[in-house]
Amino acid sequence: MEFFIIYILTALALFSFLAGFTLFAVYAERKIAGFVQDRLGPMETGKFGSLQTVADILKLLQKEFIVPSLADKVLFTSAPVIVFIAVYLGFAAMPWAPGLAPATLNLGLFYIIAIISVEAVGVLMAGWGSNNKFALLGSLRGVAQIISYEIPAGLALIAVVMVTQTLNMQDIAINQGVLSHEKILFFGLWDVRTIGGFFAWNIFQVPHLIVVYAIYFIASLAECNRAPFDIPEAESELVSGYHTEYGGLRFAFFFLAEYCLMFLVSMIGVVLFLGGWNTFLPNIGSLRLADWTTGMGWGIFWILIKTLSVVGLQILIRWTLPRLRVDQLMNLCWKILTPLAFLCMGISGVWRIWIMA
Amino acid sequence: MFRKTWTAFRTAIKGLSLTLKHLLSASKARAELDIKKDDYFVKQEGRTTIQYPKQSIPIPEVARYQLDVEIDDCIVCDLCAKACPVDCIEIEAIKATEAIGKTSDGSVKRLYAAKFDIDMAKCMYCGLCTVVCPTECITMTNQYDRSFPALSDLVYQFSEMSEAEIEEKREELNRFQAEKEAAKRKA
Repeated sequence: MEFFIIYILTALALFSFLAGFTLFAVYAERKIAGFVQDRLGPMETGKFGSLQTVADILKLLQKEFIVPSLADKVLFTSAPVIVFIAVYLGFAAMPWAPGLAPATLNLGLFYIIAIISVEAVGVLMAGWGSNNKFALLGSLRGVAQIISYEIPAGLALIAVVMVTQTLNMQDIAINQGVLSHEKILFFGLWDVRTIGGFFAWNIFQVPHLIVVYAIYFIASLAECNRAPFDIPEAESELVSGYHTEYGGLRFAFFFLAEYCLMFLVSMIGVVLFLGGWNTFLPNIGSLRLADWTTGMGWGIFWILIKTLSVVGLQILIRWTLPRLRVDQLMNLCWKILTPLAFLCMGISGVWRIWIMA
Repeated sequence: MFRKTWTAFRTAIKGLSLTLKHLLSASKARAELDIKKDDYFVKQEGRTTIQYPKQSIPIPEVARYQLDVEIDDCIVCDLCAKACPVDCIEIEAIKATEAIGKTSDGSVKRLYAAKFDIDMAKCMYCGLCTVVCPTECITMTNQYDRSFPALSDLVYQFSEMSEAEIEEKREELNRFQAEKEAAKRKA
């Protein structure tokens, strides 16, 4: 019985963290959007507008549950649930600190990629179940985008897994720092296992992983339907795309799922490429900075800082780059990212055999 | 195709660095510059928002916003009502039996203003009424921020005569005219 209590508590803790993160992320997005545009963003509710998202959530929670009369009730009502649950379950295999992961699955990365793909089904259900031509168009474009960009994302991840030789997320994180089991070669030349810090991160161990990270980052932006790939939910084009007919709590679920997916893909990128919960500071001679700043609390701190910076970068990109047209988006995926990802996968294989063996 | 990809990447980075620059300079607010200064047109950095009503841009005293009528100076000539392109001024005059007094610039007043209403919602701030006024009693002030919950509160009533006074003056006028009639018939 106790053993279920731990699981339930972990799930609740993750959910409350995600809800809190979404509140913070929406506020941060509005403020960053304001500052980038030389204006202030929300300022009235709470000091500097900090309670703005709380006000928004309260508004969404008390709205009426409207289902269009000709909408397919089962599809319509279950779509937001499926989208959110698919994204939420992805967090089960993420490592937060040495020894702190809800489940250290041996298939961790494979499981995460698979479960995130279920979101595409939810999007399709939302678009079809809304009985609205524009919602359907939005959802079809969204699904096309999501499944197309899974190819370069998957290939990029394979390129990393060839280097790390494991799909277990916790092991990948461990092998990028001072607690590593194997040798860490900075740029393939210098053994930095005892030095740790940013020298031990995957992108510095194997330099072409920087290109792989760029591919993964772009593909994950497209997975989240995030600008510049936000054709499915482009406000000026399709009203709201597949979530046009949703309001109130159901819309809040879609919204929550979008921000949680942003956090999840950023976290995956951080764990695989940027050292996960490992510290940024290296051990310099007798100043054992890396040893002092690695541990359970420090691990959570480092991973949060890194993930939040990547999320901040995603927000900055949204407010900088213009939206890609649907054909430009597909062109980018199939003609540029996929061949490049194949090439990087080849280089990873070669690197692994010649340099890391 | 490689060149296009490289250009896309390079220009995206350039754009991102521009937005990052704006993001980081949002801690300062742009300053109000004096138009006489040489660097008036130099592009400033920082946020442009003014949080009205906590902060506001200062306006000169001679700014032309809401109308104000100095009713003691008004000779009720009705020129402002006639000049108004949107007919926002409504005036009702009662003839006085004798000269009432003088305005501040020496004109003699012979009419009482029973009703002098200006509907500020209709007013288009053209200033024609101020141009035609012979005694300059109607002026434009620099007051622009008056909001009311009811639209009827935007009809400003400048007449200071009470109902009783208006009745009294009308009676006086009727009596005077009746007396004149009587005097004419007798003669």
